[in-house]
Amino acid sequence: MQELTIRELASHLQLGKISSVELVSDCIKTIKESNSTLNSFLSVSEERALHEAAEADRARQRGEEGPLLGIPLAHKDVICTEGIRTSCGSKMLDNFIAPYDASLVSMLKRAGAICVGKTNMDEFAMGSSNETSFYGSVANPWDNTRVPGGSSGGSAAAVAARLVPVATATDTGGSIRQPAAFCGVTGIKPTYGRVSRYGVVAFASSLDQAGVIAVNAEDAALVLEQMSGLDPLDSTSVEHSVDYTSAIERSIKGLKIGIPKQYFNAQLDTQISDCLSVALDELTAQGAQLVDIDLPNTKMSIPSYYLIASAECSSNLSRYDGVRYGHRCADPVNLDDLYTRSRSEGFGAEVKRRILLGTFALSSGYYDDYYLKAQKARRQVANDFQNAFKCVDMIAAPVTPEVAFPLGAKKNDPLAMYLSDVFTVPASLAGLPAMSIPAGFSQSLPVGLQLIAPHFQEAALFNVAHRYQLSTGWHLQKPTGARR
Amino acid sequence: MSINISQVAQLARLELPAVDQAEFQLEIDTILDFVAQLDDADLDSVTPMLHPLDGQQRLRLDHVTETNQREALLALTQHSEDGYYLVPQVIE
Repeated sequence: MQELTIRELASHLQLGKISSVELVSDCIKTIKESNSTLNSFLSVSEERALHEAAEADRARQRGEEGPLLGIPLAHKDVICTEGIRTSCGSKMLDNFIAPYDASLVSMLKRAGAICVGKTNMDEFAMGSSNETSFYGSVANPWDNTRVPGGSSGGSAAAVAARLVPVATATDTGGSIRQPAAFCGVTGIKPTYGRVSRYGVVAFASSLDQAGVIAVNAEDAALVLEQMSGLDPLDSTSVEHSVDYTSAIERSIKGLKIGIPKQYFNAQLDTQISDCLSVALDELTAQGAQLVDIDLPNTKMSIPSYYLIASAECSSNLSRYDGVRYGHRCADPVNLDDLYTRSRSEGFGAEVKRRILLGTFALSSGYYDDYYLKAQKARRQVANDFQNAFKCVDMIAAPVTPEVAFPLGAKKNDPLAMYLSDVFTVPASLAGLPAMSIPAGFSQSLPVGLQLIAPHFQEAALFNVAHRYQLSTGWHLQKPTGARR
Repeated sequence: MSINISQVAQLARLELPAVDQAEFQLEIDTILDFVAQLDDADLDSVTPMLHPLDGQQRLRLDHVTETNQREALLALTQHSEDGYYLVPQVIE
C-alpha cells in the first residue's frame, strides 16, 4: 500500500480497498516511530487527522469526490494551520497557534487532503541544512549523519522516508529544491505569485513562494494544481490558467533545453556532473535538443539575494515584539526592554545575523550602496534568463554543487552555507518556476537535476520531469529503512 | 567594510552579549566583503527590480471583508485585560 502514488492511493480509496482512516493511522504510526531518528515532524495532529479521515470516508460513501479526498499530507511548519501549532522552527513561535488557515491549507482541505502534522524546518526558513531549527536538526534519511538540506528539510526527509506521500514546502532561495535534491525526492517551486502567500509566515516577501515535495512529478503536479490560483487575500498572487496534468504525458521531442555554462563549472562536484550528463543524455534520447547558453550575471546572484532577503527579513520580522503573540520576556521594565529581550531570547543566531545584515543594508546612508544595488543586480540576473528563453524552452542545471554534507560541516561558516545555494538562488531572484528531480547518486547520496522554465510554464516542467521519470527509476529509489 | 554592530543591533532591537557581538561583527563584515563584488558591476543605468513579475499593486474595493476576531486574536497572548494588550507602563 505504501508503495503507491497519490493517483493510485486515490484509486484504492475510491474502490474501497483501503479507507482514509487506515491510511492516515498508518502514516501517523510510522511518523511516531521514525521521529526519534529523523526529527522530521514538529507536531502530529493525530486526533484531528483521524476525525477528518473518518469524515472523508463518510463523504466518499455519500458519493462525494475530491481530487485528494482522504489523502494524507504534511505542511511545513511555516504555513499557518488553524488549531495546530505553527512554530516556524523558532522559540519565538513555540506557543503560536494560528487562528486561521493559510489559503493554500484551505484549498488543499477543500480538495479533500488531510494534514497529519507539521514538518521541521530551519528557523523562519533561514538556512540550507535544517540545523537552525530551535527543535534540532533533521537527519537525512539516506545517511543520518548528513543534513537533509533546508529550509524545507523536514518535508523533504518525510517524503524521502515515505512517511507521507506529499508535503508542502516553501522556497525563498532554494528551500524546496535543495532539500529535495539532498533527499532524492521531487520538489517544485512554482512561479512567484502562483500560490497564495496568505498565511505563509513571511521571510522575504518578494521571493517567498510555496510549493510541493513529492515522490514523483505526477503527484507533485496533482497537488500543486489544487494549491495554485488567484487569492484575493494575497495581492501578489496571480490569475493565470492552472493545468499541470493534462499535457504531462506529451512527447518532449524538439524541446530546446539550455545548458548554462556558468552552472557546469569548477564548483560542481565531478560525480554530480557525471550524473547530470547521463540525465541529459536521457532527455536527448527522447528527442530534446541541448543548447549551450550564457547567463553572464549568475555570479551576482548570491550577493544580491542575501542582501535582498536579509533586508526583507529584517522588515518582516520586526513584527515579533512580544506584545500580541509569540515569545515574551519575563518582567520587562519598559517597552523597549520588552521588545529587545523578547526578540533576543526568541530568535536564534542565524535569524539574528540576517536581521542585523538586513537592518544595516536598509539603514540611513547605506540603502543605495546595498539594497538598491542588490535590486539592480537582481534585474541583471533576471534579464539573463529572459534573454536565454528567447532561444530555449527550458534550462537544465545542477541543484547543488555537492551532495548532502555532514551535519555540522558548515554550521559555523555562514558564508560557506550561503554559497551552497549558488544554483538555486538565480531562479528565485527571477521569480521563475524551478524543479528538482532525482537524477542519480554520488557517494551513495542522491543527486538532483534542476529544470527551470519561463514564468507560468510549470506544466512544461512537469511534462519533462514526468517523461524523464517514465524512463528512469531514480525517483523510485528509497533509503534503507524507509517503509514504503 | 566594518559595521557598527552595537548601533545596528540597537536599531533591530536585539541585545547581543559581548562574545556574540564580536562573532556577529566578524561574520557580517565577511559577508559585506563578499557582497562588495557588486561594486565591480556597472549597474548605474539598471532599473531596480522590486517585484519578480514587475507586477502592479492590485487594489480592491473599500469594503469591510474581515470579521471581528478580537477574542481569537487576544487569546494568542496571556497578557491581555478587558480587551486590551498589556505592556509595561509607558506614561508616568
